[in-house]
Amino acid sequence: MILQVQQVTKRFGGLQALTEVNFDLAEGQILGLIGPNGAGKTTLFNVVNGVYTPEVGRVIFRGKDITGWPPYRVAQSGLARTHQVVRPLNELTVRENVMVGACFGREGHSLASSTHVADDALTRVGLTDRAHQITGSLNVAQKKRLELARALSARPYLLLLDEVLAGLNPAEIALMIETIRRIRDGGVTILMIEHVMQAVMNVSDRVLVLDYGILIAEGSPQDVANNPRVIEAYLGDPQLAQRLLAE
Amino acid sequence: MNAWRQPGCWLAWLCVAVGGLAILVTRDNTLREVAFTLLMFAAMASSLNIMIGYTGYVNFGHIVFFGLGGYTGFYLISQHAWPLYPAVLVGGLAAAVVAGLLGSAILRLRGAYFALATIGINEAARAFVNNFGPFGGPTGMFVNFAAYRQYGGAAQALWLTYTLLLATTLFTLITSGMVRHSRFGLGLMGIREDEDAAMVMGVNAPRLKAMAYVLSALSPGMVGTLFFFKNGNVEPGDAFRLHMSIEMLVMVMLGGQGTVLGPVLGAVMYERLRGYLLTSAIFKHLHLAFAGLSLLLIVLFVPAGVVGWLRGRLPRLRRLLA
Amino acid sequence: MGQLLASLVDGLLLGFVYGMAAMGLSLIWGVMRVINLSHGAIMTLGMFATYLLFSLLGVNPYLALFIVAALGLLFGFLVYWVAVHRVINAPHLSSLLATFAVNMIIIGVGTAVFTTSPRNIDFALGSVEIGPLTLQASRLIAALVTAIATATLYLFLYRTYPGKAIRAVANNRASAELMGIASARVLALSFGIGTMLAALAGGLISTFFPFTILSGDAYEPRSFVICVLGGLGNPLGALIGGLILGTMEGLIPAFMPVSWVPVIEFVMFVLILLVRPSGLLGAR
Repeated sequence: MILQVQQVTKRFGGLQALTEVNFDLAEGQILGLIGPNGAGKTTLFNVVNGVYTPEVGRVIFRGKDITGWPPYRVAQSGLARTHQVVRPLNELTVRENVMVGACFGREGHSLASSTHVADDALTRVGLTDRAHQITGSLNVAQKKRLELARALSARPYLLLLDEVLAGLNPAEIALMIETIRRIRDGGVTILMIEHVMQAVMNVSDRVLVLDYGILIAEGSPQDVANNPRVIEAYLGDPQLAQRLLAE
Repeated sequence: MNAWRQPGCWLAWLCVAVGGLAILVTRDNTLREVAFTLLMFAAMASSLNIMIGYTGYVNFGHIVFFGLGGYTGFYLISQHAWPLYPAVLVGGLAAAVVAGLLGSAILRLRGAYFALATIGINEAARAFVNNFGPFGGPTGMFVNFAAYRQYGGAAQALWLTYTLLLATTLFTLITSGMVRHSRFGLGLMGIREDEDAAMVMGVNAPRLKAMAYVLSALSPGMVGTLFFFKNGNVEPGDAFRLHMSIEMLVMVMLGGQGTVLGPVLGAVMYERLRGYLLTSAIFKHLHLAFAGLSLLLIVLFVPAGVVGWLRGRLPRLRRLLA
Repeated sequence: MGQLLASLVDGLLLGFVYGMAAMGLSLIWGVMRVINLSHGAIMTLGMFATYLLFSLLGVNPYLALFIVAALGLLFGFLVYWVAVHRVINAPHLSSLLATFAVNMIIIGVGTAVFTTSPRNIDFALGSVEIGPLTLQASRLIAALVTAIATATLYLFLYRTYPGKAIRAVANNRASAELMGIASARVLALSFGIGTMLAALAGGLISTFFPFTILSGDAYEPRSFVICVLGGLGNPLGALIGGLILGTMEGLIPAFMPVSWVPVIEFVMFVLILLVRPSGLLGAR
């Protein structure tokens, strides 16, 4: 088990964002995390990654209790993450952005060797020809790929992807899925939040469903898709269609 | 280190080294005085740039390091008859220690709050020194003219001070270049662009910020000791002039923050401007207003400063103007 | 003991004026997230304006305050449109530096015009005896003026259309614009009100303290501390913060030399920001 999330509960004042979330992630898997908007998926990522500290519960990464560790310590231990709303380092070039990941991530490269790692990561996401462009001038899709490259250059054991497919057209999605598969084949475990159902169901080994901060379903993509609780969470009453037809 | 391969750094280093040494060769007193002020400002602006330009933290109280470090160094010379070299070094170290202590408290603040706290530091430092007996309280300290004799007389002492300042300024510029082109500097710039995102990538922001702050305090401390030694005295009003902090800010902004060449260029430009204003009958009283106006115009229209503007306009010069 | 009580009450009354000054700063911060570093200089302009109206035109200083307030409002518009508007959406550093630059310009020009010699308004109103205390009438009036100004401000913010527009913009500028509020004008108005309060506070201070072109500088750090105490963006909090600080300043001289005050204020400032950044009363 590369990641164990145990009974994690997170509150913001009166709002219960996560309640007793419990799951394990085996090494080499791709785990999809889905749920309606506001379910707490990004909050869960923030807890795993150290941005928030849970009120209750623990996060165990590769056998070590990382609950409450500051984000940089978590990153240095081999856990990388992309953001739903991209956060590029605007005044730096694309390559410098990725070098930050290489220098300060798990392998702690020197400036010289980080350039090679960065170039490698840029090739994997297809941004090599933009390496010396100033990041602020990229479009959103390119910035998303940059986020991914940054996370990859840290050579993480576990990669948290937050809606990395959002805003992409079908061709770009297909490309990104391929990239994700290749990343997993390279030995990286992946936990991904996604709304693009077709993609998530196709690429995940297992799927978790979060609704109002509670884990309501867990299993293979097939099982989850047919789970009435999941359907209800997304669409409301699953019997509604039948009842309306019966009237 | 990558810095040795950056033409922009060499440009800055060589200009200062060559210019500075030329004056030593000519032994011209007036030129030396002008150069002294220029070197002082260049060193202060460059060190301030480490916080503002590289790390993105606006420090309105940079002068505090000049004051406290200078006071400490001067205290050793004046009250304990220390020789100049070690006193200067201790002055720098004292400022660094102060930075370490203050930093542990205020570096947790972000953005505008940090800036406000640094303004407060200045006031507090002045008030503290005003009340601090060993530092002479409100009257300050002075150096007996006889002290200059150990350097071969007052004239010799002035040249010695100048040489040490030249060395200090070169040291500052080299440090600035090395930081800019190092892993440490990359981390700082990551913090500047987006501190939280940088932390998620593994940048230990608290530690790097503290290191930058302490590093930025070394030069002002050394420069302060040299300045007060040259003047022969120090008092609270002189040592903590918020005014000077602002002027350094203008220099960094004018020349271009975040580059090695920028602060030097800004220091030279501002000093020439100021010299002109002080001697011109019309503008004599308005030099503060003029500094304010230049700062306003820069902030509104050319926020990247001269070097930044040039880099934007002439991308091919980017590598040169690092 | 009687001495202590007297300085306590004195400090409290002074605290009203500190509070009003800080209110202006707090309002500007709350509405547009700009820290007006020309705050102290504008207070000084208020002092000088009152002084000039009194000594050159013979206007009663308390009546002059109306004019000073109006001038403060207009000056705020000027500063906003010239210096702040362009950088309102830029990183905080830009607006900090812009208002700082304005501060330098005001003080630079002011020093050239007025020099650094101290000025004084000779308009003694004598003292009032309340119980065992002898209070200066000018301070009582200042406190009264502050109370009235605060009440007026709140009435304005909560009962008039422009006031509500200000609160809307403070809350969420983009949404307010979507609802047809011309946010730039609202921001200018808020800035103007902020500077008006600062100028007014300066005017009041000039009725009981002598001053120079550099006096405003002493009030600026205090105003920051007060804003942070009361919660940035919370004008009423600023008033209460002012009262607290004024009282403290009344007490401190009994225990240590007055020159330690800036050190104590700085320590307080940092402590609050570290421990309870939203202030004692909560910020916006």
